[in-house]
Amino acid sequence: MKHTEKEIQLLKDEVKLMWKLVISQLENAKKAMLNNDIALATKIIRNENDVNTFELKVDNLCENFIALNNPVAIDLRLALSLIKISSSLERIGDFTDGIARFITDKECETLDPDLIERLNIEKMFDTLLGMLLDGFVAFETEQTKVSEKIISKDDQVDEIYNNVFETLATHIKNNPAQTICMLKLLLLIRKLERIGDHNNNIVEEIVFFVDARVLKHSGSNNF
Amino acid sequence: MIEAKNVNFYYHTFHALKDINMQIEDNSVTALIGPSGCGKSTFLRLFNRMNDEIDGAKLTGECLINNENIYHKSVQVDLLRKNVGMVFQKPNPFPKSILENVAYGLRVNGINNKQLIEEKVKESLTAAALWNEVKDKLHKSAFELSGGQQQRLCIARALAVSPSILLMDEPASALDPISTAKIEELIFELKQRYTIIIVTHNMQQAARVSDKTGFFMYGELVEHSETKKMFLAPDKTETQNYITGRFG
Repeated sequence: MKHTEKEIQLLKDEVKLMWKLVISQLENAKKAMLNNDIALATKIIRNENDVNTFELKVDNLCENFIALNNPVAIDLRLALSLIKISSSLERIGDFTDGIARFITDKECETLDPDLIERLNIEKMFDTLLGMLLDGFVAFETEQTKVSEKIISKDDQVDEIYNNVFETLATHIKNNPAQTICMLKLLLLIRKLERIGDHNNNIVEEIVFFVDARVLKHSGSNNF
Repeated sequence: MIEAKNVNFYYHTFHALKDINMQIEDNSVTALIGPSGCGKSTFLRLFNRMNDEIDGAKLTGECLINNENIYHKSVQVDLLRKNVGMVFQKPNPFPKSILENVAYGLRVNGINNKQLIEEKVKESLTAAALWNEVKDKLHKSAFELSGGQQQRLCIARALAVSPSILLMDEPASALDPISTAKIEELIFELKQRYTIIIVTHNMQQAARVSDKTGFFMYGELVEHSETKKMFLAPDKTETQNYITGRFG
């Protein structure tokens, strides 16, 4: 393997490690949320620092790679994409940390499991985890055939998000003492919706890296 | 407009250029890249007929400048070379003064008016971004100049006979980074008035100076497109492998 190819492999490996950590954080957030597992939520908060460290490391590796190797074509697209992918992964890490902090919030200790089910939060988590995993596989195999499918999953997340308002409003009306907690829950669901957006951004970067196509701001017409 | 139509070139039985078709617009810079022996310099030299005298050389197809086939028997090669200047890899000033180097082409073309020659020398040295550095030592030997200055002197010498096309065969490969930067800056300036074709092994140089890039391999023109596209998203795998260093 040539020197440049080793550097590229190192970059990819580092991002994949970061990706796996973020997937694990989101999986744990789902478990902690559904089981009200404060210990697991605390672990997520503790690990958040590692996600941030990964972002700095990937940025640094990409900067060095660009400065020292003058990459062009697919190598340049890889470096540019990885900077953005790691930034999106870091944001997903931040949102997951926010979810964990909600779980440890004393004010919202007694959430009604039926309400969580009616809000479709588990499905939201599962869809987001699917997007994140499919994106990882697309990046690892450099196959973009599934990109349209991944991006369309974000519509499912958006649909769930758009349906929560009425459910929450009714719940607040019937349980006014829980208003603050419900508002915090709405913010949590908003974080999940934003994770979907970042998953989309990641897929767009994979398509740019592999196919040199720009999907950003183009709707779905470019597939 | 410069155009190659179905160009094939042979050195005896060696097929050096294979069915090349390329159009080059006026006032543009085209970089020719590719591994050693790929045919890019052979292609460049076709346009001022520098391959004519090579033993066993044979050309088929057409090389056109402004729709005229420059290999037509009616074309006078000396007039063609007046219109198509050439700058080589290694600076090759004549063993004469700075002024006489630039004036050489003018004198060969029958111009002997001292005032006219001095005006043309100043104009050419200015265009080659060298005037300010040599205006006080025009009668000194050209060999007293640095390598970078000598190369710009050779460019000034080529410009003095008012060509419309400049062919550059690795013009900065023997120069340090500062001199290289000056040559590249000069290419930017010159393209407003001249059509430039440059052969280079320096990928970054091709990316910096050219509007379009042609990638040659094994005598074939693999890809010819906008330089920005070529270096971000080339169409051909061979191009990508070469420019990213994965070739061979």
